[in-house]
Amino acid sequence: MVTSVPNKVGNYSSTGNGVHKPFFDDITNFLRRFLFRVLSVGPIPTHLAFIMDGNRRYAKKQNLKEGEGHKAGYLALMSLLRYCYELGIKYVTIYAFSIENFKRRPDEVQSLMDLMLEKMEALLMEESIVNQYGIRVCFIGNLRLLSEPVRAAAEKVMKVTSNNSKAMLLVCVAYTASNEIVHAVEGSCKEKEKEFRLCNLNNNVMDDVKEGEKVNGMVVHDIQDFYEDTSVESQGLKQGKGCNGTPYHACESFESNWDQVLTSKASKSGEVSEGFRNLRQEVPLIKLVDIEKHMYMAVAPDPDMLIRSSGESRLSNFLLWQTSNCQLYSPAALWPEIGLSQLVWAILKFQQSHSYLEKKMKQL
Amino acid sequence: MDFSNESRVLHRCSAQVLDIGNLLLLSLWHLVHSIISICNFTLDIANVLESYLISSGLLGRYKSLHIAKLRYLAIVIESEEAYQTSKIIELLQWLEAVGVKHVCLYDKEGILKKSKDFILENLDGAIWFQVLSYWQPSIYAMQDAHENNVLLDQQHMTLEFVSFSDGKEAVAKAANVLFMKYSKSGVTDQNQKEKIFTESQMSEALKTVGSGGPEPDLLLVYGPARCHLGFPAWRIKYTEIVHMGPLKSMNYGSLIKAIYKFTMVRQNYGK
Repeated sequence: MVTSVPNKVGNYSSTGNGVHKPFFDDITNFLRRFLFRVLSVGPIPTHLAFIMDGNRRYAKKQNLKEGEGHKAGYLALMSLLRYCYELGIKYVTIYAFSIENFKRRPDEVQSLMDLMLEKMEALLMEESIVNQYGIRVCFIGNLRLLSEPVRAAAEKVMKVTSNNSKAMLLVCVAYTASNEIVHAVEGSCKEKEKEFRLCNLNNNVMDDVKEGEKVNGMVVHDIQDFYEDTSVESQGLKQGKGCNGTPYHACESFESNWDQVLTSKASKSGEVSEGFRNLRQEVPLIKLVDIEKHMYMAVAPDPDMLIRSSGESRLSNFLLWQTSNCQLYSPAALWPEIGLSQLVWAILKFQQSHSYLEKKMKQL
Repeated sequence: MDFSNESRVLHRCSAQVLDIGNLLLLSLWHLVHSIISICNFTLDIANVLESYLISSGLLGRYKSLHIAKLRYLAIVIESEEAYQTSKIIELLQWLEAVGVKHVCLYDKEGILKKSKDFILENLDGAIWFQVLSYWQPSIYAMQDAHENNVLLDQQHMTLEFVSFSDGKEAVAKAANVLFMKYSKSGVTDQNQKEKIFTESQMSEALKTVGSGGPEPDLLLVYGPARCHLGFPAWRIKYTEIVHMGPLKSMNYGSLIKAIYKFTMVRQNYGK
């Protein structure tokens, strides 16, 4: 049975018993490789992200059964991935399933989960694309929201491909950027809390030692000033990353700062400063780097370009944190219709804005 | 020896062939990009003509916009162009003429924040929409009411000024607020794997630190590339992002076209 594939020059033919014309294929392969050689003269993005939008519309347009749109989308994805890795794009991220998509009809959600399970198992086959290009696969998102078989398959794929290092495929399932941010904040809180519990332990031991001069030099008038004055932060933290290596002084300087804060706030009303008083032993100072460390997407650099098919111009809660300096491109083609021409056009657009965006990145 | 001479000649020849090959590729690359630049230039001319037609009211469909659909508009401006306050004031006057009431101005480095007073002075009847930061729970209700009052006000245009520090850095501050709650409530010994915060708690924490403005429906980017340049991530989940080109080439027609296109969009929100 020949599965239908968008008919474009340079597209990989379907896996299966399709009718191959070897000579034609060779010519198109050669032309494509030559095109990639020309493109590679300019900068090639390191990380591309895709929002695979338009599968259902495609199925309607082509009068296909409902699930067929997603299957056609999968084929388009595979050929696109091959082009990306051939071009030398090291990281590719795809938005496979959003947490919002769980709100769809249960049978639709189930068929999508079944499709994902089937394709994950296909990835484990020897002749699959992951082995061909040495791809490490990571599943990004709140995997606990997935059903047990899907989650187990995802973890298996991640484990099996963990040693691959030539390229990386990040598949976002059960993902939204807001969920990712909250998760990162939770992770930082848990980590900080652990750090300061250890710090407290050290402090309790040191209790007998004379409290002595409190190391301070800063006058802090308001909690907000405390945050806005970055020099205060750096002074406090300069003496060591955690409390384990340099226990006494680092914690003491924090405590003294907070004491100053508390005394100045003491005259102002109650509930908040009481909260702070309770934290005398624990000093909260989650920094931006802590949050970034706990992001699901911390395994890869920020994307250089985000491509959303079907022409929509919004991000739909995808990679909101990581796209500060990322160029957004929205070709009008529906996802199953996306092919080589859209990718080439995207790369050319990237090359045009590259020097500007690189400058922006360095300004951070 | 003859043999080594031959291999040296061969080596030099192949290096030269390689050089010629690279030169050919380089020229092809430049050729492709030149063709693209010409195409872009032609498109720009076509856009200018269309904008002129739109501004003069000759194109019927742009005459009546369903402006009520656009509840909150955000504008991202490239920081280097943000110094052109007169252009910004002109843009805001156009928006006022169209009927947009609530605008958020963003530039990465906070240049617009510094020009805030100048902009407000030169824009008749505009109010500064300040998202206050507050540390006392009793003020939560007051702030929400204040926000609703300001946003329902149809008489005056409200302007919010935002910069990079209201984005990622604000999330770090909000994380500290949440951390205080977490430590205070003493759940530290509970199962570490449990989810401790919800998204609405995060939103509340962001409001606490002063970064809790409304989510824009439409974001217009005035700059060389279509990129939101660090606009607060929490607020642009479902925002339509449109690239308008550099500020120096802004025109009324393309603004109308962008707003019109926005009013024609239908979102599923994932369902």
